[in-house]
Amino acid sequence: MSEPILSCRKIDKWYSGVHALKSVSLDIMPGEAVGLVGDNGAGKSTLINIVSGLQRADTGTVNFEGREVSIRSPRDAMDLGIETIYQYNSMVPSMSIARNLFLGREPLRFRLGRFGAIDLKQMRKEAVKAIADVDLHLRTPDAVVGELSGGQRQGVAIARAMYFRSKLMILDEPTNHLSVKETNKVLGFVQSLKQQGVTSIFISHNIHHVFACCDRIVAMARGQIVLDKRAGETTMDEILDVL
Amino acid sequence: MKRLFKIYLEKPELAGIVLLVILIALFQIKSDGIFLGAENLRGILGLLPETGLIAIGVTLLMIAGEFDLSVGSVFALMPMTMAIVMTHGIPFVPAVAIGFAVCILVGFVNGYVTLTYNIPSFISTLGMLFMARSLTIVISGGFPPLLADDLPTWLFTSYVGPGSLFRMSFIWFVIIGVLAAYLLARTNFGNWVSAVGGFSDAAAATGLPVRGVKMVCFILCSVLAGFAGMIQVLRLGSPLPSIGEGMELQAVAAAVIGGTALTGGIGTILGGVLGALLIRVIDNGLVLTQVDANWFKFAVGFLTIFAVVANTWLRARARKIKLEVAT
Repeated sequence: MSEPILSCRKIDKWYSGVHALKSVSLDIMPGEAVGLVGDNGAGKSTLINIVSGLQRADTGTVNFEGREVSIRSPRDAMDLGIETIYQYNSMVPSMSIARNLFLGREPLRFRLGRFGAIDLKQMRKEAVKAIADVDLHLRTPDAVVGELSGGQRQGVAIARAMYFRSKLMILDEPTNHLSVKETNKVLGFVQSLKQQGVTSIFISHNIHHVFACCDRIVAMARGQIVLDKRAGETTMDEILDVL
Repeated sequence: MKRLFKIYLEKPELAGIVLLVILIALFQIKSDGIFLGAENLRGILGLLPETGLIAIGVTLLMIAGEFDLSVGSVFALMPMTMAIVMTHGIPFVPAVAIGFAVCILVGFVNGYVTLTYNIPSFISTLGMLFMARSLTIVISGGFPPLLADDLPTWLFTSYVGPGSLFRMSFIWFVIIGVLAAYLLARTNFGNWVSAVGGFSDAAAATGLPVRGVKMVCFILCSVLAGFAGMIQVLRLGSPLPSIGEGMELQAVAAAVIGGTALTGGIGTILGGVLGALLIRVIDNGLVLTQVDANWFKFAVGFLTIFAVVANTWLRARARKIKLEVAT
């Protein structure tokens, strides 16, 4: 068996007296599509925030591709190849698709340290390519993200992650508040990730969505992992029982 | 019509341009052609940099999603600091540097308090408005010092250009305006400013240094306000502790008239500059057309409300039309 791409070891997290994560350990294998389910407050978002750099664990270690890593910010996670897509805060609605796609990683014509002039032509060209690569049909990369539908926005977020060749994609409740049609579109994106060899963690409290696109299901409750099985070896009823 | 709305969505300063053209035409007719005469233009362009530089800083900061109400006070504090240290025998250039250091400190405190304690910048900089004004009066000792005669004031105040149409300060203003517009529209830092103001959660989630970006904008805003104040003081010859009162709100008005969204994320430097120009045009035009000058504030106030309402309406319309075109 190959090495896990992500390995969380004995992670603990307290919020002012509340033990949100109780010594959680989780291994993700390369190429897997893992569904992480659990009720509100079960600790799934906390666990994911620790991996994506939004929060820090109180104790425990995270290994990525066999090395112990210290993820102090979203930037650290992105540099490792861990990309997180959120329901709400993946995109700036008042900015264009192209500017959103390359936010923080703009192609520069010249630079002074971290700063420089954006190569607008290059950015538009690459944005068109990135969008086309995920089979998302948008007329122009100059459209403002605020005008896209929820599903299209998630598509752009996924296009961004694909463009930057992320190795592990975390999707935090990407189907919340989407219509059925839009949800199916997003589930389609997630399935296509698998074909392209990207490992993904799909977080949802909708078990149907998880079964639709994941091959392994991990369930959390009260800060612990209470179930971890292949999707084919478990049923929705069993998962509902443990939550 | 649809095309017009589409253009508007990409160019939020459009409403400002239209208003400006209408007002200029109106004043030109009402003043029998004096308004656009060289003599009068010289008056408008001579004062514009002082409002305009503040407006550039405030616009940039507003796009980053924050306010600065202390700019009017910094406008007075910077040149007062400079004048006081010069009375202690410090030469002009280091005195200017000390003045700017004070601006940087004020901007830093504004940013630090706002970002660390997570309070609205409207409140933190309101506090700074009072504190900086008070400091200005305290260090002046009640008697504003006179500036020496041998200062290189020509660098900022002497008339240049065809027919001596504008002052040197106008050139500084244009250069800084172009640099600021370039910074916002063409650099990655500008991209971050728009993102931080547009939706700071998303900016943070993509790994942007949200705090640092806002801090830089706070400091730039303060420095530009101080620079504007220095220009006015060099023009007048003495740092009065009361200068710049009310400037903070004029600058916010200029930014808003120029299409900057109060919520951040949307706006252009050109818009802020146009807003400042509109305010100067109204100020000057009312006098020229012999309207009671006390109507000035009424006009600026009305224009601000009008601009926000018009912008909001246009934005909603433009969005709807864009969607119709898309489907």
